[in-house]
Amino acid sequence: MDNNEKRTIRISPVTRIEGHARITIQLDEKGEVENAQFHVNEFRGFEKFCEGRMYTEMPVITPRICGICPISHSIASVKACEMIQGLEPSYTGDLLRRLIHLGQNISSHALSFFHLSSPDFLLGYDSDPALRNIIGVAQKFPDIAKRGIRLRQFGQEISERITGKKIHIMGIAPGGMAFPLSEENRQALQVWIPEAKMTVQTGISIIKKYMEENKEMVESFANSPSLYMGMVGPDGEGELYDGKLRFIDEEGNILQDQLDPARYLEFIAERSVEWSFLKYPYYRPLGFEKGFYRVGPLARLNVASRMKTTLAQQEFLEFKKIGNGKPVHGTFYFHYARLIEALCNVEEAEQLLANPAITSNDIQTHGRWNHPEGIGCCEAPRGTLFHHYKTDPSGKLISVNLLIATGQNNPSMNRSITEVARQYVKGSDVKEGMLNRVESAIRCYDPCLSCSTHAMGQMPMQVEVVDAEGKILYQVERG
Amino acid sequence: MSLLDIDERILEVAKLADIVKCPVVDGKELPEVDITLVEGAVTSDEHLEEILHIRKQSKILVALGDCAVMTNVTGMRNYFELDDCLNTAYKTAISNDGQGEMPASPFVMHLNQKVVPLQEVVHVDHVIPGCPPDANTIFYVLSELLNNRIPDLSDVKKLHYG
Repeated sequence: MDNNEKRTIRISPVTRIEGHARITIQLDEKGEVENAQFHVNEFRGFEKFCEGRMYTEMPVITPRICGICPISHSIASVKACEMIQGLEPSYTGDLLRRLIHLGQNISSHALSFFHLSSPDFLLGYDSDPALRNIIGVAQKFPDIAKRGIRLRQFGQEISERITGKKIHIMGIAPGGMAFPLSEENRQALQVWIPEAKMTVQTGISIIKKYMEENKEMVESFANSPSLYMGMVGPDGEGELYDGKLRFIDEEGNILQDQLDPARYLEFIAERSVEWSFLKYPYYRPLGFEKGFYRVGPLARLNVASRMKTTLAQQEFLEFKKIGNGKPVHGTFYFHYARLIEALCNVEEAEQLLANPAITSNDIQTHGRWNHPEGIGCCEAPRGTLFHHYKTDPSGKLISVNLLIATGQNNPSMNRSITEVARQYVKGSDVKEGMLNRVESAIRCYDPCLSCSTHAMGQMPMQVEVVDAEGKILYQVERG
Repeated sequence: MSLLDIDERILEVAKLADIVKCPVVDGKELPEVDITLVEGAVTSDEHLEEILHIRKQSKILVALGDCAVMTNVTGMRNYFELDDCLNTAYKTAISNDGQGEMPASPFVMHLNQKVVPLQEVVHVDHVIPGCPPDANTIFYVLSELLNNRIPDLSDVKKLHYG
């Protein structure tokens, strides 16, 4: 930094999020927080190195962007391929993809809540950092930790039972699926449903208890209004796999509804910034300054008119009460929204597993190259995901554009960190628990930084407090 | 993340070893440790510094997953110029508004021209390939190492790439 006039706090990288990031908290001369910058430090170059490959390879290559939401990449990719082919997937193939996608959402949300966030709620933000993790939870609340681990396992097992693999599965192909679900495996998955429902409900009671006991913090925690975008079904119901897009404003007014995702470029633009490998997307009609919108579970619940299933709908109505008919802006409510969604996912998985067509062998239709361009979209656990391919008549890719969920929350994450830092960080008096709160502002978004810069791998963190002369006042490293 | 696919057995591992530093654990600076599992290839100056430090602190270094073992998809950019890759993402992507800047501040890492696997820069004691690495193999290797045995990966199932 050439500007040493001001004090700087660096948190680098942030723990218990997926990927590698650094935060710089800029203090002014009085030691008050001026702003925060969220640096994302990964880059892989998918947009370039996929050029020249056949578009049909993409559903297998792009899941490697991420080990947590590989299935969403496969789904968005395969839909782009189907647009290129002008092909509809087979009914059963579509059901199976939907089921696998639900499984991924369940395991991702379980990971986010039980493995990564529950230590804060159950053990406390200011508890011993060495124990503030899932293993620490297992020591104090063995039953909850075990259930959380098993909920994630259930989600992963859906993939495994259909395709034989838990992560980076094969078999999601243009036209449907390459593998059917056997009757034996269908029954084995059905057995999980009651336990999975109970575990999500346990999670919901943990978060509700925490929200009740920490009302003030929860309500004031990074609660600036923003726009929201999410996928909805034909009746405005929350939808993850196949639907149209809805944008709402801060007041909850619908700005755009039933938008075909293939028109995303009309509504979303992004800008690269000097201090991060993660770009800043925005709602194009309002411009870079005013157009920041959020995606992910909180956004999806804010845009949705209702949930698809009974138990989730009951919880959804309670969620809606928080906002009094307006969108719920508090970043902390991401956790609650995530669990309501997980409940809906488990119920929907139950319905799919009860559908006799799910074990049919008519799993795939076939097509060939028909159009040069394809755009595919679905809701990844962290928000709306777009894959956009352009091909030549031989099917070789000439352009690839990926718009990733976490990227779209980047501007808001940055703002949330600034807000929390203003509330909790005062001058050079930096306590462990305070920094953890800044981090947890990010963790609310459950960002998958691997995805958003299309990078993989996790790194440790370090924190630096730099004073007005650029001298480091405080430094701590965390893994 | 594939480590978590050993599911509840993570609690068994936790009985045999202290997990001091890991993406799901808040820890202090990496102390001297017996075993480190390292995921991912070396793509930047930060990664290089990190892996050299890890090597120094670890008695046994295990390369976990295809990226760490042979760069895998991470290394696919090696066929292109780094600048071309960056330009495609940050300048010419069709969703870009044309008003942005290239990531270049002192707070972002410096990318290496080529991505390399771990064994090109440090000595690697064991490899667990796979994308993702197989959960049973991870558990097998960990429990062998934790019981002071050398894991036998000659079984073709355990040495599965991709």
